[in-house]
Order: sequence, then structure tokens, then C-alpha cells
Amino acid sequence: MLAQSIFNGLVMGGVYALIAVGLTIIFGVMKVINFAQGECLMLGMYAAWALHRATGLSPYILIVPVMTVMFLIGQFIFSLVINPIVGRPPTDFVVVTMGLAFVLVSVIQLIFSPTYQTVVTTAKNITIRLGSVSLGTPRVIACGVMIAAVLAVRLFLKKTDVGRAMRATAENLEVAQMLGVNTRRNFALAFALGVTMAGLSGLLLTPIYYVFPNVGMPFKTISMVIVVLGGLGSIGGAVLGGLIAGVVEAVLGAYISPDLAPAGIFLILILVLAFRPEGMFGKGARKA
Amino acid sequence: MLKMTDINAGYGDLQVLFNVSLHVDEGECVTLVGANGAGKTTLLRIISGLMHIKSGEMTWYGKNLLAMHASRRADLGIAHIPQGRGTLATLDVMDNLLMAGYCKRVRKRRMENIEKMFEMFPKLKERRKQIAGSLSGGEQQMLAIARALVMEPTLLVLDEPSLGLAPIVVEEVFETIGRIRDSGVSILLVEQNLSLALEAAHRGYVLETGVVAMEGKSEDLLSNENIKAAYMGI
Repeated sequence: MLAQSIFNGLVMGGVYALIAVGLTIIFGVMKVINFAQGECLMLGMYAAWALHRATGLSPYILIVPVMTVMFLIGQFIFSLVINPIVGRPPTDFVVVTMGLAFVLVSVIQLIFSPTYQTVVTTAKNITIRLGSVSLGTPRVIACGVMIAAVLAVRLFLKKTDVGRAMRATAENLEVAQMLGVNTRRNFALAFALGVTMAGLSGLLLTPIYYVFPNVGMPFKTISMVIVVLGGLGSIGGAVLGGLIAGVVEAVLGAYISPDLAPAGIFLILILVLAFRPEGMFGKGARKA
Repeated sequence: MLKMTDINAGYGDLQVLFNVSLHVDEGECVTLVGANGAGKTTLLRIISGLMHIKSGEMTWYGKNLLAMHASRRADLGIAHIPQGRGTLATLDVMDNLLMAGYCKRVRKRRMENIEKMFEMFPKLKERRKQIAGSLSGGEQQMLAIARALVMEPTLLVLDEPSLGLAPIVVEEVFETIGRIRDSGVSILLVEQNLSLALEAAHRGYVLETGVVAMEGKSEDLLSNENIKAAYMGI
């Protein structure tokens, strides 16, 4: 049973990691936290659900269209509410993105009602067996897609000019500008990428979870804990943090009580912060 | 080509520059000297578009430079090496150099330019996979200069290249600056080491608490009694 819970946890942790990586990309480049990340995940779920209803296709086939929609939504949100506050104190960003979260929930509720919706896939009924461990296919797919997405993001940041420019912007805004980087456009790109990651996580959750307007709330809290646990701005940290959170949650849930699972994650957070206040892979406070 | 007229600027209520006028012509090496807090770095930040001014004009070949966003300077051919060198410490040496070729103007020729830099600074070639933050101060200054040269600058702006370097390395850096000057690139050099700066430059401006106190040919400034007394302790 321990092996089973650890595997369950790793798989769920993969989804957490993906949400946290989205937050990390936005934080890494813009040095602000998107408090509407959970709601972006919810938008991704609704996008997958709506497209699934309209076309009858499995959500996994809809990955590319949903990611495209989410990227455009991200760009739109950026130009509408984020762009005007770039360069202002970080508190403005907290207030605006928190407000954005409420607006998104209300708008979705108005359009689709608060009813719980489900996405039916054939994958749900198939389980994969590994010795004594059995895993639901949607979870395994979610974990696989997470690994692919994180590797793609890493490759993009390491090997492309735009990715390099984003790293330069993340490290030193002024120097990046001196080198001819349009930092505003990089912000928009980072924000939209972060939103896309959240949306992709949402899509991957649709076969496992109900779709409803407030679904993002718990994921938002957990992903923020993960980002802090891993060290703000570190993608590797976000992935490891996500996997740890998933395993802790699953093991505590199986052996003690599912209600205690989040407490376990917070306990780990407190322990890590007590010994490494900058998180597992954090580089500490940003200098001037 | 670069012309600043009656620039007034400051931070909040604190005015730093008072009616400063300055120009750099093609192929010219101009130095800006003065004590700490005189406003030298502020002036360079204005040139790079990183700071807004209260009043005054700044043109580049007659075009209004103040209206252009900071990130467009690279495509005009203005390369700025800020104080503290401005290397991207978390990127490796190669990525730093590649970033110099990010602007459209030189992107096609960047690999060629980087190869040239590797010939000029073989140390950088050896260390091209290393994170820039792990280089020594002198190597980082070399990287900063190499990065600026990959941009094929028309004007190279240098803010205190000697800061924090050992005397022998400073000598090396100024030799390099001399070679860049002789290749026809215009240079605007801010430096606290007055004699070194004036030896390298054709002309100089002396900035004192935000005001241009003196300007002229380097030889004249070097032999000026007041300057000798105030800055060189002779």
C-alpha cells in the first residue's frame, strides 16, 4: 500500500508541479506572483470541457487547441489589466490579480452556472498495472504531459533567442534593455506562458475532477506553497516541490486521514523554510 | 552624433544634473570625469534611456533620442557597459555574447563577431560554457567589452571600467579601450581615475556636483593647475 500511495502521490505531484512551473515562469521574469493562477487553471478546465462538449473529442486530443486558447487569453489578460501596472509596486500586482481571480470566477459562473460538469473519457476506465501498483490512466498521462511540458519550457529557455532574452530580462531588466530586448513584450510572453501552463494543468485534470467555477482555489494554495518550497523562480525547485507535495499528500491521506494531507504539506514547508528560508533551490533575496 | 543640451535631471526632489550640455562626435573618445556623486552615472543612464529627465534635449544624428524606448538603443548602435560591468551572471559566457547579437542590426553577423572576440580574448573561448558570475573581475570586464563589441557599436558608453580591478588588469582594460578607439568607434568613458581617462581620451568634461565645471582637450585638462590640485593631489 505504501508503494501505491507513493506512486499516486508522484502522479498527482506532476500536476501540481505543472501549475507551479507556470507560477515560476511568471515570477522568474516579472518578479511578481499571479494570484489568479488557480482561476487560470479553472479556465483551462472549462476550455477543455467546452471544446469536448462541442466536438466530442477526448480532452487529450484537444491539448493543442486548449493551449492556444489559453495563450491568447493570457495575452489578452496581460494587455488589459497587467500591462498598465508594470513597474508599479508589487502590492498593486497582488491586488489586481486577486481581483482578476474573483472576476474570472464570476464571469464563468454567469456563463456556465455553478453546476458541476464532467468530462467523460475512455481513458478513465483503464488502469495501468505495475506489479502490485495500479494507476489510473488519466493520472499517468497527466504526469507524462507534465514532464514533456517542463522539458519543452527548459529547452525553450536554454536554446532559443527569445528564451535567452527572457532569462536576461529575469536577471537584469536594465541590461536586457541595453541589449535591445523589448522587456514589455517578454513580460507579456512570460505571463501568457504561465497562464498556458495553468490551463494545460486544468485540461489534464478534467478526466479526474469535476469542472466548476471555484475548482482552482485549492490548487492555487498548493501551487503557491510548492513555489515557495522549491525556491521562488526555480523551475527545478517547482517540479521537485510539486512531487514532494503530491507524495506527502497521498501518503498522509492513505495512512492517517485525507483531511490531514494539506497540513502535512504545510508542515514540510515550515520545516524547509526553517532551515533554508530561500527554499530548496532558491537563490535568496534579489539584490537591489 | 550624440548631442545633449541643457539637461536637468534628478531623483524625486533631488536634482542631480543642472543644465548639462555634452556632445560626442564620430570617431571621438570623450571622457567624463568627476568625484563620486557628481552625476556621471546618472548622465549615462539618461543616454541609455533608463532615466527620465526634467528638461533638456538629447539627439542622435539629429533625431530625438528622448522619445525612443531604452531597448531601441541597441539597434541604433549605442552599447552601454554599466557600472559593475552588467554581465548576466546566471547566463554562461556564450549566452552573454549571443545576447549581444539579439538586436536585428547584428543578428546575422553575430557568430562571426563572437569568433572575432574569441580571437581577441582567448580566455573567453576557454570559458564559454562557464556561468559569467564565476569569472574573475578582469574576465568579466573583458566579457562586458566583448559583448559590447559584438553589437558593432557606433558609440560605446563605459561606466568606470577600472572599478574593483587590480592595477595590472586596469592597464589591460585601458589598452583594449585604446584599440577600440583606434578602430574608429566613438567612446564615452566615465572614469574616476582621471589621468588614465584623459590619456585615453581626445576630449574631456569635468563634472562637479551636477554642473560641467570645465571642458576641453585632454592635454589642456591634464596640464590645468586646478585639476592637478583637485584630482591628482599634485
